[in-house]
Formats: sequence, structure tokens, C-alpha cells
Amino acid sequence: MSLTLVDMDRLAHLARLGLQPDERARLCAQLNNFFGIVEQMRAVDTTGITPLAHPTDVIQEVALRLRPDVASEPNQREANQRSAPAVEVGLFLVPKVIE
Amino acid sequence: MTQNSQELHDLSLTGLVAALRTRRVSSVEVAEHFLQRARAHTDLGAFLDVRPDVTLTQASAADARLASGKAGALEGIPLAHKDIFVTKDFVTTAGSKMLSGYQSPFDATVVARLAQAGAVTLGKLNCDEFAMGSANENSAYGPVKNPWDTTRTPGGSSGGSAAAVAARMTPAATGTDTGGSIRQPSAFCGVTGIKPTYGRASRHGMVAFASSLDQAGVLARSAEDCALVLSAMCGPDPDRDSTSLDVPTENFSRHLGDSFEGLRIGVPREFFGVGLADDVRAAVDAALAQYEKLGARLVPISLPRTELSIPVYYIIAPAEASSNLSRFDGVKFGHRARDYADLADMYERTRAEGFGDEVKRRIMIGTYVLSHGYYDAYYLQAQKIRRMIADDFQQAFGQCDVIAGPVAPTVAWPLGGHGNDPLADYLADIFTLPASLAGLPGMSVPVGFGAGHMPVGLQLIGNHLTEARLLNVAHRYQQATDFHLRSPQGI
Repeated sequence: MSLTLVDMDRLAHLARLGLQPDERARLCAQLNNFFGIVEQMRAVDTTGITPLAHPTDVIQEVALRLRPDVASEPNQREANQRSAPAVEVGLFLVPKVIE
Repeated sequence: MTQNSQELHDLSLTGLVAALRTRRVSSVEVAEHFLQRARAHTDLGAFLDVRPDVTLTQASAADARLASGKAGALEGIPLAHKDIFVTKDFVTTAGSKMLSGYQSPFDATVVARLAQAGAVTLGKLNCDEFAMGSANENSAYGPVKNPWDTTRTPGGSSGGSAAAVAARMTPAATGTDTGGSIRQPSAFCGVTGIKPTYGRASRHGMVAFASSLDQAGVLARSAEDCALVLSAMCGPDPDRDSTSLDVPTENFSRHLGDSFEGLRIGVPREFFGVGLADDVRAAVDAALAQYEKLGARLVPISLPRTELSIPVYYIIAPAEASSNLSRFDGVKFGHRARDYADLADMYERTRAEGFGDEVKRRIMIGTYVLSHGYYDAYYLQAQKIRRMIADDFQQAFGQCDVIAGPVAPTVAWPLGGHGNDPLADYLADIFTLPASLAGLPGMSVPVGFGAGHMPVGLQLIGNHLTEARLLNVAHRYQQATDFHLRSPQGI
């Protein structure tokens, strides 16, 4: 199985990544090259093995950690918006979404 | 009395602590000295942001605390941070155009903890974009050069950290290790680096790459210096990092001088296969022989899935990266494209312009392996083998106390040496990936020189939460050898 340019378009759309045509072709070749080494992994028999999503799982038993539902942070609106590309009266600006 | 400033950068961090404590030198003098060195070596490309006014203000405050007897463990010691840690007083870019000029409203927990211990920040250090790379060539702000040979890579992704320590521009630096990003540049630049157990250091304020793998650590000139910094930076942060381990803060220096008579060092045969360069093999073999002389016993072990760790890591890390990097959408922070037709177009153009090639590759791989119809075959399969790799280590630790082998198959390669072949970089990560996948602590210790007089690192891997033992094993070696004291010519 190898990835095609059509696959690249689909993935780029899912990832919201605009790709130039030459970039798309280059990425396609590089990804196919990479998936060549992935094949050995697919051949491994993993029947009955529980996936390890997180190494913490093998270090200590950690229940999903919850903290009290109280505000712990001060309001830092200005500091938080200092690096925003477009802000007006304390709001983040985005292109019009709903007509 | 002022210490001769010529000697300040030759002192170890531990030595500097003593010099500051006894007021032989002031923190301001030390900071000025290292800032001067950073200015003298700008050609290496190690620093991305330096603000002498901020540094000297911090140093003055440290001097005041030293004078009033309220000194912290690292009072007045200058440190530099990998640009993956967010900082209030310095720009944070994560090596990406996406975050050009970004001002964080807060300090990363690691940065805050070190400041609380009295450390003074010299500046921010170059790294691969979002810590994705093994040669520091993926930074949007240019590559870092290896101080031992400026035509070569310093390694990555903490390349700026390793180069800055090697060139004596800072006594120590923070770094992060996702698949080897502290150990490999430490090896390539002849410095000592440690990545602690996953969850030891808070990830709060570390720009996220692969959350189940990312771990902060330190690069310095010796195990003794690493222990001092690591003790200050680690500790539980349960309210801000849900994966922070629930273990108390530790003094990692406490076992440094212990004897290790009878220590069993596991030597995985898969780390010594055909891919290992002869010069690296020779230096690593000599180091293992030295350990035997010091009273350790070598035990042959097997980590049978070493080679599989490459595809497993390069499925899991990009999967997590593609998810983490979805936050860069040109709305709340970072770059936004200038021209766009609508919201979707803004996202696509912003991300196309802001991300570099390697980041785009990993986002594409990650998106693919998480997509409908491929999730089980790739992502879930990789997580299952990840469990097998973690189990392999536990089997091995039944026969040995620490594991030792090479950090990387070769010494540092020439900048541009892997050309346009990202796979070559991935394959070179083979020896550091397994411990990362298992969340184990790992170190790189300078043990000699290979081709072109380039440094070689020995990798030491310990079981979970055994950092103090690892540092002890490294320290005893460094007491018997002087490779960690060598510095590049002209530095």
C-alpha cells in the first residue's frame, strides 16, 4: 500500500494544512519512504497486549486526576491577548463564520 | 575579593555555587561574564533571545539574597533555557516561525522552580522547531553549530543547550527529551545530560510536541552539576500537569559518592549491531572496561524490540504532535496569514506559512495514523508494541541495575549531511527511542572521542525513579576520567 496525491489532499485538508503542488509531491514520496519502515511493525503479533497510551501507567497507578472546581487563576485577559494576531475590545477576531 | 573572571567559565556549576556563597564573586559578575561569552560566540547560533537588562536585574536580586543569608540552592547561578519552555521575560519561539516574537503571560513550572532556587536566566536557546529533529537543522532561526567542529551538527533537538554548555556560554542549560533530544546532543557536544523519569519534571509551560513522551531535563558539564540542577527543577505539579508523578521532591546528589562495587551493568546486544560505527564502539567499549575496573560487572542482556522502536516512536510521536499542534490556528496566539478568503482558508494558509517542512511531515503522518480506517493498524498497534518494549526493559532490569550502551550510532555528522532525507535522521535515533517509549530515565556521559576528534557519549538507562543511582554511576566514572572536563579548541 502506498499513499497517493489524492490521499495527501485528504490528509492536508483534515490537518488544515495548505500545501503547494511541489510540496505535496515531495511529502508524498517522503511519507511513502517512511511507511516502508513501518511495515515491520505491522507484522508483530500483538494479540492480547493492552496498548500503552502513557508511560505513567507502568510507573505508578494514577487515577484520572481531578482538582476542585474552583477558579485558581487570576484574570489575565490582557497578557493572554498580547500575542494574539487580531483583538478588539478584549475579543479575538476571526473571519466571519456565519452569514 | 573578585575571582579572576578568566576562570569563571572553567569553574563547575558546583564550584560556582561555592564561590557565590562565600562571596568570592558576585552573581552580577558571573552573569556579565557569561553574557560576554555568549556575545563572543554568536556565530554558533545557540542563543535566540538574550536580554542583559533582565539577566542583570535577576542577578542583583540574587546578590541581595546572598548578602542577607536567604540563598537558594542555585542562588546566583546563571542558566539558559531551551526555547521550548515559555518565559515571561524572554521571547518564546519553540524554534518556529509560528511563534515568532511570542510573549508568554507566564513562566513554565520548570523555569519558575529554577528561579525560586535562585537561578538567573541568561536567555533562550535554539532548538529544532517544536523539538522535532535530531540535528538542530529544523529551527526556523537557523542551525546551531557544534563547538567541536563548526561544520557539524550539535545534535538535536536541544542543540542550542548542548552547544552553549560545550562552549562554556552557560554552566548548565535546560533541555527536553522526547525521543533522545537531551541525550543525543549531549553526546554530540561532549557534555553530560540527563532526562529524568517521565513525569518527574512538570510539563506545564513546555510547548507540547508529544505529550506522552516529552520530559524536561538538564545538560551540564558533569553528573554532579546535573544532579544539583535536576533536584531544583523536578517535583510534583498535580494542579497543572495531569501526568506529573506523585512522588516527593528528591535530592538527586545524595548518592553521588556511593560505592558501586558489584553494580550490574546490562549491555544490550542490540545496541552493538552492524549499524554502530567503529569509532563509537571503541569509545563505548573502553568506557565499559573502565566500569569493570571500578568494580562493576557487565551482564549481557537483550532488548529485542530495539529496531521496532523506530516505527513505534515515529507513529506515536507524530500522532500526538498532530493533535497538539492543532492549537496553532492563527487565532489566539502566533502567526496569522495576511491574506485569506474565509476561516478555513485562514487556517490552511496560516499553518502552511508558520510551520517548517519537518513539522508538516509529522502532522501529515500523525493525521494519517489517527484517521478512520488506519487507527487500529498503526496507532493502536504502535501502542501495543510500546507496552512490549516497556516490558522488555522490566525483564532486563531483573538481571541488571543499569543499562549501558551508545547514545547514537555515529559521532555528530556534518551539517546538511543527511541532505533531504528525513528517514536518515529517524534511523539515527535508534538507541535513545526505547527508553523514551518506556518513560525511563537516561543519561549521556562523555567517554571519549571518535573520528574527527568528535565527542562520543555513553548512554546510561535506569529503571523508573532511579535518577540518583544513575547520577552516582556517572559521577564515579567522571571521578576516574577527565573526558567531561575537555573543552573544544578555541573556546
